[in-house]
Amino acid sequence: MQCISFEQIGVLHKRFKQLSHNEETLRRDHFNEIDDLAFNPIRAQIIEAFFDRRNFHQNGEGKVQEIGFEEFVVVMSHFRPPSAHMTEEQRGKTRREKLRFLFNMHDTDNDGIITLEEYRHVVEELLSRSGTLEKETAKCIADAAMLEVASISVGHMEPDEFYEGITFEHFLKLLERFEIESRMIIRFLNMDTTTLCK
Amino acid sequence: MLRCGYALFWLLESVLLICVVSSVKGEAVVTREGSHLKLSESSHSNESQHGHSSNITGIPIISFKWHHVETPYLVAFWVLVSFLGKLVIEANHHVTSVIPESALLICFGFILGGMIWAADKVQTFRLTPTVFFFYLLPQVILDAGYHMPNKLFFTNLGGILVHAVIGTCWNAASLGLSLWGCQMGGAMGDLDIGLLQYLLFGSLMAAVDPVAVIAVFEQVHVNDVLFIMVFGESLLNDGVTVVLFNVFDAFVSLGGPKIDAAEIIKGIVSFFVVAFGGSLVGLVFGLLISLLTRCTKNIQIIEPGFIFVLGYLSYLTAEMLSLSAILSIVFCGMCCQKYINANMDENSVQTVRYAMKAFANGSETIIFVFLGISAIDKVIWVWNTGFILLTLLFVLVYRFIGVFFLTWILNRYRLVPLEFVDQVIMSYGGLRGAVAYGLAVMLDENKIKEKNLMVCTTLIVVYFTVILQGITMKPLVMWLKVKRAAVTEVSLLEKLTNKMFNHTLVAIEDISGQIGHNYMRSKWKYFEENWMSWILMKPSARKKQDQVFDVFHQLNLKDAMEYVTEGERRGSLEFVRNENSIIDFKKKSESESFDINNTNMSNDHGAMSTTSRDPIPSVSLEMHEQIMKAVREAEAINAHHLLDQHLYKSRKQHRHRFSRSHFDINRDEKEVQEIFQRTMRNRMKSFTSAKMGVKPPKTIVKHTQKEQQQKMPNGKSMDKAKTSYSGDEGSEGDSASGYDQSYMRATYRAGAGIENPAFMPDLDPMDLLQIPPWLGESELDSSMVALSHRAQVDLPRTPSNLRRLAPLRISTRSTDSFTLENIPDTQQMDSDQLQPPPPPPRPPRDDGYV
Repeated sequence: MQCISFEQIGVLHKRFKQLSHNEETLRRDHFNEIDDLAFNPIRAQIIEAFFDRRNFHQNGEGKVQEIGFEEFVVVMSHFRPPSAHMTEEQRGKTRREKLRFLFNMHDTDNDGIITLEEYRHVVEELLSRSGTLEKETAKCIADAAMLEVASISVGHMEPDEFYEGITFEHFLKLLERFEIESRMIIRFLNMDTTTLCK
Repeated sequence: MLRCGYALFWLLESVLLICVVSSVKGEAVVTREGSHLKLSESSHSNESQHGHSSNITGIPIISFKWHHVETPYLVAFWVLVSFLGKLVIEANHHVTSVIPESALLICFGFILGGMIWAADKVQTFRLTPTVFFFYLLPQVILDAGYHMPNKLFFTNLGGILVHAVIGTCWNAASLGLSLWGCQMGGAMGDLDIGLLQYLLFGSLMAAVDPVAVIAVFEQVHVNDVLFIMVFGESLLNDGVTVVLFNVFDAFVSLGGPKIDAAEIIKGIVSFFVVAFGGSLVGLVFGLLISLLTRCTKNIQIIEPGFIFVLGYLSYLTAEMLSLSAILSIVFCGMCCQKYINANMDENSVQTVRYAMKAFANGSETIIFVFLGISAIDKVIWVWNTGFILLTLLFVLVYRFIGVFFLTWILNRYRLVPLEFVDQVIMSYGGLRGAVAYGLAVMLDENKIKEKNLMVCTTLIVVYFTVILQGITMKPLVMWLKVKRAAVTEVSLLEKLTNKMFNHTLVAIEDISGQIGHNYMRSKWKYFEENWMSWILMKPSARKKQDQVFDVFHQLNLKDAMEYVTEGERRGSLEFVRNENSIIDFKKKSESESFDINNTNMSNDHGAMSTTSRDPIPSVSLEMHEQIMKAVREAEAINAHHLLDQHLYKSRKQHRHRFSRSHFDINRDEKEVQEIFQRTMRNRMKSFTSAKMGVKPPKTIVKHTQKEQQQKMPNGKSMDKAKTSYSGDEGSEGDSASGYDQSYMRATYRAGAGIENPAFMPDLDPMDLLQIPPWLGESELDSSMVALSHRAQVDLPRTPSNLRRLAPLRISTRSTDSFTLENIPDTQQMDSDQLQPPPPPPRPPRDDGYV
């Protein structure tokens, strides 16, 4: 259940045209042109998220080369605010959806598991621009986080066991306290007058 | 037993505090006991004493000079009494869980006041505005500002400001006007109070008191947003109230007829000037503190003093410029917290935190007790049922109306609206406290005839809100099912995800072309990181300020602690049992192991030994050495570098040297150190050997592909090694303690990844235990090595020392016990070859890390 108002779609469409230079589709280099984005350490992940079929609500997989306006809006819709009157079930669903988005940003090869390599990669990128932490540190931190995850989600492991990586279920459990449904919100999607549900 | 220990500790601390407080308050008391001192009499008695002493011929061996010490003595005594009261109250947890401490302290004050009243027939002690505003309030507010969760505060700044400014004005105006209206309507008889006086009264009643709010809310763990709304509002509106109060006070002095539009506009302008000017003064002082702590490396011992002194000065400066002192000290604390925490030595940071809490808590206690004592005074009790009850009613009702109305407006702009129950709690959390009382006492009796009535009403409102609302707050929060704060600790993954998430939000805002909250925040952060930090922070400190890094640090620390605890749990006895186990070595890689000799710092080397705790000789294991590559080494050093600052360091023994400026680590008295090290080493070794005996093979196989090398320690041999070490190396013991780096941490983190969290910690020491194969042979000898005299004396005690030294280990700053094993190893080899022990390699140290 996605609720985005016509007005918001209008706003987004304007932006879409602006980004794509009045073309019908957006490509990666269009995103690379955004100035403010240049400072973002995880720019690559964000941009990929827009070209990731998993985020299009169609149970697709893999990457696309260009996206149309519809996909653009669908990806953006992950950041809509929750409506005021939601049942617990809906809340849970929204939560899953939003966390899924984050999860997909980590899980680049789409095997449903964030492996150590994948996680390291993200953390390295994430900490790369802070300028204060070296690469080695980032790696250590990623490893430490992974270890911690393993100890939380599996508990005791036999020596020969191997923790493959974070599954989505673990991810959900680990971020239980993370109030994503009230935080993964962008203001522009908040102007709900007439809503379009799809 | 435990509680008794705490009690003693508290007592000690309070006594210490008294010393400080009494010196600070020396002056204050003159005002506090102004009525009591009877200066003429005391000077007279001084004279008589003087005369008396000149009369006697000899030198009096002892003389009783009460008046000489009276003032500071009384202050100290009162502080002591308040603290003892708190001590007693805190000892009864089942009571404080129902009734908040602040309420109990006020009641304690009642009792004390009653006793004084009974003795003196007049209330000789009461809270005077000077004492309160100059000596009690600043530290409470400074503490609040210093511990303010900045991000949360600024995220909700809009809401807080609306409530603090508009809400307070609304409360003041509505209360004043309604009371005036009621008087006009004849509800409270004949009172000589004009409209302006009512507004003045309204303004002093309007402030929600931070002291009371913290006291109540810290026991009810409501969610963060709600807490910051109430708390932030209470802090800021104090400033606002004081400003309002001053403006109205000026109006009252001016007199009704003289007030025209120009004066009112001037009043409004002064309101803003006072509020923003105060904040500005605070910011300036905050930056000053940050700058100062940048260069206090050489005077760490008085480093914490700067924060207190400058904080207090910011308060006084603002007061001097007749700006808002409270706002000034709040912003001073908020502004400097980040930089001073990064700049100062960890010890100083702890000191500041502790001292801040001690001061704040101490004055809070005194404030509440004196609020109670002040009530027992016949002079101020002027009863006017109408006035008092109406005030109570209006205070409560208008608070509700104001909060609901303002939140309604705010919710239209908030992404996450404040819920209904939150609003109820916000309204109900409008506790009045000592600020209102302090202001009421400050009223000028000449201008306001009914001052006593106002004071008395203020007191009743304070008691009502603090005691009644305080008690009912917790049940109400439960009953309304207000979202509570998550009390769990934050995991590293959460921190990382959080960080990533924030970047994502910014990116989405960028992509959608919005200038929103996140956009602003990221721009600020960029500015802050590139300019503010650069100016205000030590270069070396910038690295450590990262939040993620912080958690990483915490995690490392925790790991280390658990590791040692575990070691201790298994340790000492294993050690004893291991004595008679049989050791068998398969020397597969002697040649490689020799490499270790070159005092290689990085322990990535493989050395192989088999272990067997059981008499059956033994699992023999393949070892996987890796010749160290330069790159790898550099990497490892890098990591060590980072880690060595955070690892477990044992408490250092402080030499009792009579130096005020240096708090030296004991490097001469080797004995303590030596015993400690030896026991630690024992513990670690036996621990590892015990662990390894259980499941070595699988792990080793596991790690074949890893860069990390598995070393199979030999418990027995290490025990021997260390024995001989301590014998030979008695004098080297201290130098060893100088090294607090841990190599295996780094490699463990870097290489082992997520293999098996439960198992990993056990692997750590392996890296350190590089036992050259020849050790196996030399071992028998080494156990026979003639021990130094001291070692002979000490050794037998070792097992019992383990227990005795156990508490030492808990301290977070302690010489890294893991790495202690490091040094002995290399030295061991040398000593085996009958070489004099070379000075162990000095690892590169981070210069900034002090």
